[in-house]
Amino acid sequence: MELHGIGASPLRKEDWPLLRGEGTFIADFKRPGMVHALVVRSPFAHARFRHIDGSAALQARGVIDLITAAELPDRGRPIPTRMFKDEAANRFLQKPLADGEVRYSGEPVALLIAESRYLAEDAAELLSIDYEPLEVVLDPDAGTVAGHLVVERGNIEAAFAQADEVIKEEFRIQRHAATPLETRGLVAEFDAGAQTLTVWGAAKIPHVNRRILAQLLGWEESRIRLVELHVGGGFGARGEFYPEDFLIPFGAMRVGRPVAWIEDREESLRAMNHSREQVHRVELALKADGTFLGLKDTFVNNTGAYVRTHGMTVPGLSISMLPGPYAWPAYRGEYHSVLTNKTPCGTYRSPGRFEVNFVRERLIDIAANRLGIDKVEIRRRNFIHEFPHDTGTLFDEHPVVYDSGDYSLLLDKALEAFDYSGLKRWRAQRSPDGFKRGLGIAFFVEKAGPAEREYARVELTDSGDVTVYTGTVSLGQGMETTLAQVCSTHLGLPFERVTVKHGDTAVIPEGMGSFGSRAAMMGGAAVMGAAVKLRRRLLERAAEELEAAPDDLVLTVDGIAVRGAPSRSVPLPSMSVEDRFVCELLGFPYGIHVAAVEVDTGTGAVGVHRYAVAYDIGRAINPVIVRGQIAGGFAQGLGGVLLEEFAFDANGQPLAASFMDYLLPTSEEVPDIDMLITEDAPSPHNPLGVKGAGEGGTAAVGGAIANAVADALGVEVTQLPLSPKRITELASA
Amino acid sequence: MRKIAVQINGRVVEGEVEPRLLLGDFIRDNAGLTGTHFGCEHGVCGACTVQLDGEPVRSCLMFAVQAHGRRIATVEGMAPSATELHPLQQAFHESHALQCGFCTPGILMTMEAFLRAEPDPSPERIRAALAGNLCRCTGYQNIVTGVRLAADRMK
Ligand code: FES
Ligand code: FES
Repeated sequence: MELHGIGASPLRKEDWPLLRGEGTFIADFKRPGMVHALVVRSPFAHARFRHIDGSAALQARGVIDLITAAELPDRGRPIPTRMFKDEAANRFLQKPLADGEVRYSGEPVALLIAESRYLAEDAAELLSIDYEPLEVVLDPDAGTVAGHLVVERGNIEAAFAQADEVIKEEFRIQRHAATPLETRGLVAEFDAGAQTLTVWGAAKIPHVNRRILAQLLGWEESRIRLVELHVGGGFGARGEFYPEDFLIPFGAMRVGRPVAWIEDREESLRAMNHSREQVHRVELALKADGTFLGLKDTFVNNTGAYVRTHGMTVPGLSISMLPGPYAWPAYRGEYHSVLTNKTPCGTYRSPGRFEVNFVRERLIDIAANRLGIDKVEIRRRNFIHEFPHDTGTLFDEHPVVYDSGDYSLLLDKALEAFDYSGLKRWRAQRSPDGFKRGLGIAFFVEKAGPAEREYARVELTDSGDVTVYTGTVSLGQGMETTLAQVCSTHLGLPFERVTVKHGDTAVIPEGMGSFGSRAAMMGGAAVMGAAVKLRRRLLERAAEELEAAPDDLVLTVDGIAVRGAPSRSVPLPSMSVEDRFVCELLGFPYGIHVAAVEVDTGTGAVGVHRYAVAYDIGRAINPVIVRGQIAGGFAQGLGGVLLEEFAFDANGQPLAASFMDYLLPTSEEVPDIDMLITEDAPSPHNPLGVKGAGEGGTAAVGGAIANAVADALGVEVTQLPLSPKRITELASA
Repeated sequence: MRKIAVQINGRVVEGEVEPRLLLGDFIRDNAGLTGTHFGCEHGVCGACTVQLDGEPVRSCLMFAVQAHGRRIATVEGMAPSATELHPLQQAFHESHALQCGFCTPGILMTMEAFLRAEPDPSPERIRAALAGNLCRCTGYQNIVTGVRLAADRMK
């Protein structure tokens, strides 16, 4: 392994400006003559309105424009879904502005543009809108069905008919969300001469969003440029195409000046995609010895007021990933994805999997309790052993075929590395503080690397500097460093000389972005392809000039020389090579979470005594970055299990509209965790063997902590979050 | 409008400001120092933390006029030069204590003051001192390590 190559952990290229306060996040970015937009949002969860009276607001100091649905082309065109397309759901797509009816508190009804944000806020007070409140629906069981799907494989009736035991349970996961620390923001500028638009503040999928914006404007894509600046975290929510992604560029075209919009926290908590809210009614059929026969699940996914870009993605992922690491003779999944008067939903780190891993792993523990079988044994007994393994489900249009794995091996390694028998002894001892101790384990399969193709270009200058252009983007995860390592290893030039550029549609012709743990897998494979090609071309060309075999040449920043004869050399040429990596199949990393908790039945507090994650990701390009992903993902999972909840009152008013009420975990709640990264099952689908590491830290926190709490209290936990109130209720049940 | 003069990182910044202007806005817009970030504007996340006469304060909870005549330190003033980092910044770099880096300036300002007051803290003390700064990316583990590493080096 090279000092800074694949498998090493060089310090991150990204850090320096961020540490020095020299980053450029969207709120730091200014254009000459820039003005500020405020999105006027509905105060009602459901209401009709006929008229927006903006006359007073338009007269107010500093106000430049007021845009309502009436000003939009076709009164606003619907924002399309981008994955898991479902024709029937297209009736419920969101338009940039509400037109006569608002369906959630926080829905955009108008855009005010003024000389400053302060002045726009003053003017917003003067708007008058004749809202007539309508009936509010919040209960998912009462929602309008936007999407419905049934997946069936094997003979489910026969499986249940043979069962010695059937476990039937209802599980609920509360609504919570990605909540990156930086809120969203955009700056858009229209060049009237060239008739082009530039939008700064893109994230996650700049090229995809350029296409959507072009579609909504009825333009050629080439007239639009999207630019990514520093991004303060994404986690699935940031970077999707939202109403503002149309409104701000449209506003810039109307007023002929650059328009900035920076979301504040209160609007972010109401407007950015929510996630996770599901109710599962599930049945597990088994033999008395713990062998699984069949799994049946009917669930409701509350997608909120509209179907957004990822409206069908979360239920789609849930239904396809529920089976997990086990061999099921029969499986039947069914979902109804429903509309209610809450903020629309999208993905959040480990979407669908956080939810179903909680459901499945909890259900298995309930079964183990019922049958008196050891919780590790019941899992091991049912593992899939043959790979590739076709689950019979689909991811979007692609079959979910687990590419590689050795689940028992990882289990053995994890139990040993985390001293599971020691934890069992700890569990058996009395806590000196009178807390109840519990131990929980959850196994999961993740998925990585969708969206089929990725682009890379590697450019070498004659001075030995290398620039990588990638279609993936940075959300803070360390993608620049990771791809520079891949390039350095396969090109054979030093890591220090490699710069990674991303997120500007003007310099990168195509790209699918960063989501679903795809950047290292798809982006990495494309960079590897381009680097390998570039190296080959350099050596072939030099071989001709030097009349030597390519294999006898040495490539350095100083030039290309014949091995052992440094005087026979040629200088480096400038050269650029492109590559595209295409792969329709996903990688399926897998892992185990182990939680040891102490529950204070008096206060309802859950203290995490020890937490450990074992994760096989095929290959770790930068182990320190991988561990960082797992630790950060775990913290988010823990927030989702213990603290975070978007609750609403009966009128659909959000009760968590600030960080006072929406509680993110702090350094006092999140413990250090143990990690075991293994590389026993590289993906056969990409030349690096990587599977993506971004989501496994989050995936099974619900399952592991809930299992540990159930073990501590001796009652079956079926609902998240495990808030102090719920814990005290469970403890007294 | 009120006339104010604030010393920021050793330089006096003057401005004529509305009384409702937040100190953070003054630092970002009037002084042009955008390393100080707003993550909530209601005093919870700590991203906007700067030092006022050496003590950490939340620049979203103060008005610019309240800083008149006082001394402010921001993240931009930490590193000794364009080619070096402050030991705390260096330790964060080496410990992978940041991912997106949005929370980092506020955390650096909080922890720099903390280490001055408590040069040899235990991990538990670091965690307690860090609890007012939210980080959504790292899970805090590496931040605690980074602060401890800096403490060792700054002894
Ligand atoms: S922005 Fe000041 S505490 Fe969050
Ligand atoms: S590094 Fe992203 S919020 Fe802390």
